[in-house]
Amino acid sequence: MSVLVPIAPGLWTDEAEPRLIGARRADGEIVFPVPSGDAAALVEPVALSRKGTLWSWTTQGFEPKEPYSGPRPFQPFLIGYVELPGEVIVETRIVDAEAADLVIGMPMTFAVVAFDDTRSTYAFRPERQP
Amino acid sequence: MNDDVYIIGAGIHPFGRTDGRSGRDQGVYAVREALGDAGIEWPDVEFAYGGSAAAGSADIMVNELGLTSVPFINVANGCATGGSALTAARNAIAAGACDIALAVGFDKHPRGAFNAKPSDYGLPEWYGETGMMLTTQFFALKIQRYMALHGISRRTLGLVAEKAFRNGTLCEHAWRRSPVDLDTILNAPIVNDPLTKYMFCSPAEGAVALVLASGKKVRELGADAVRIASVAFRTRPEGSFEVFAPSISVHGGGKPTEVASKAAFEMAGIGPEDVSVAQLQDTESGAEIMHMAENGFCTDGEQEQWLAEGWSEIGGRMPVNTDGGCLACGEPIGASGLRQVYENTLQLRGRGGARQVPNGPKVGYSHVYGAPGLSAVAILER
Repeated sequence: MSVLVPIAPGLWTDEAEPRLIGARRADGEIVFPVPSGDAAALVEPVALSRKGTLWSWTTQGFEPKEPYSGPRPFQPFLIGYVELPGEVIVETRIVDAEAADLVIGMPMTFAVVAFDDTRSTYAFRPERQP
Repeated sequence: MNDDVYIIGAGIHPFGRTDGRSGRDQGVYAVREALGDAGIEWPDVEFAYGGSAAAGSADIMVNELGLTSVPFINVANGCATGGSALTAARNAIAAGACDIALAVGFDKHPRGAFNAKPSDYGLPEWYGETGMMLTTQFFALKIQRYMALHGISRRTLGLVAEKAFRNGTLCEHAWRRSPVDLDTILNAPIVNDPLTKYMFCSPAEGAVALVLASGKKVRELGADAVRIASVAFRTRPEGSFEVFAPSISVHGGGKPTEVASKAAFEMAGIGPEDVSVAQLQDTESGAEIMHMAENGFCTDGEQEQWLAEGWSEIGGRMPVNTDGGCLACGEPIGASGLRQVYENTLQLRGRGGARQVPNGPKVGYSHVYGAPGLSAVAILER
């Protein structure tokens, strides 16, 4: 299997246990992703927590119009928001779960996953129960 | 200066799909209806504001309406296009710049969900490429959390849609004119969980025009007038949760609807308890529910009882979306906010026909919400 290329540079760290890269504004507020353009000079990049809790979720059962560029034929997926405590709430794909499994507040863990045959993207999955 | 500004004419082109008629031609139709309703002619209009999101510039309408050299300002403000045109027309009269002004909004969208371009919203391409840039997802994500926090049931989402289609059967300008029963709504295919296809409005076509006038003109014309008690248009405050948000603050924040609503009530000098009829943005069933609370008509969670008891029905304690709202009328973006004001004008004049709110409603409230997090509220008084 060939190595997957991140769907965009600068979204997560390149390390054994990668983390999303957020941006801390001067007022302390953290945003994701790191802004581009002139606004980038006003923030400080910060690696975010790999653990959070599910803030909300929904299903995506129909194929989005362009600029969606996922694999064909279309595969339904889950998306949601995960709250990284004290940091920021990020919008994300949710993997390794069914809609029926999802409960707001459940613990979630960060992952880098395949987006299609050549590209990777970021996601969260429900934390495995011990 | 003019202290009071009134609506003296209201015109609408039926919403839905009108093959063979451009969005702008639907706008011209609505303007002629509004002029006729006001009992004036196009040359009487001293200032005009209007626009669409996807059907071109409004000022070209002078080709059909007449080359009177009227100043005509094009408004392009997304979902707030109509609300912005109304705000500007009202302010022009209030400032004393003119005595008669026009606000017009129209649109004609292709079928299917809106597809937005990331760069238009200052977002990176990957956000759209990975399938996260859909307005329908935002509404589903917002109501999903709201239901969990405030005990709103799926059945209540269904009741909102059932009411919309029932009201639509009574409304000449509605697109969906057939009732849909609760079971059909709840068991329809899911668009984005928990929302089924009957719980979402669709992009559509349509046009609305309103003729505004000063008190002096109202007396001169002996017009059947409704006073604009307030208009408030606001963009989002810090920390709010809006459509197309890759991240949200953990500290929470305000909401554009709450800010606009508060400003409109303050300017009008009244409160939610004084409102007799309300048109609230119902992009989907959950939006109507959440907007009932964001506009101050109930507390979070009380909507469950409101819908169960029928308090927002025509004839209930405060009817909501008497013309079927976006769910029954569809959403031509440029016209949608003005449709709400049109409906309230009709209701306050007692011209609601089969859907007339009983006992002579005195105060009409309208609220539009849209991307990328803006809200406009107008309060009319009889």
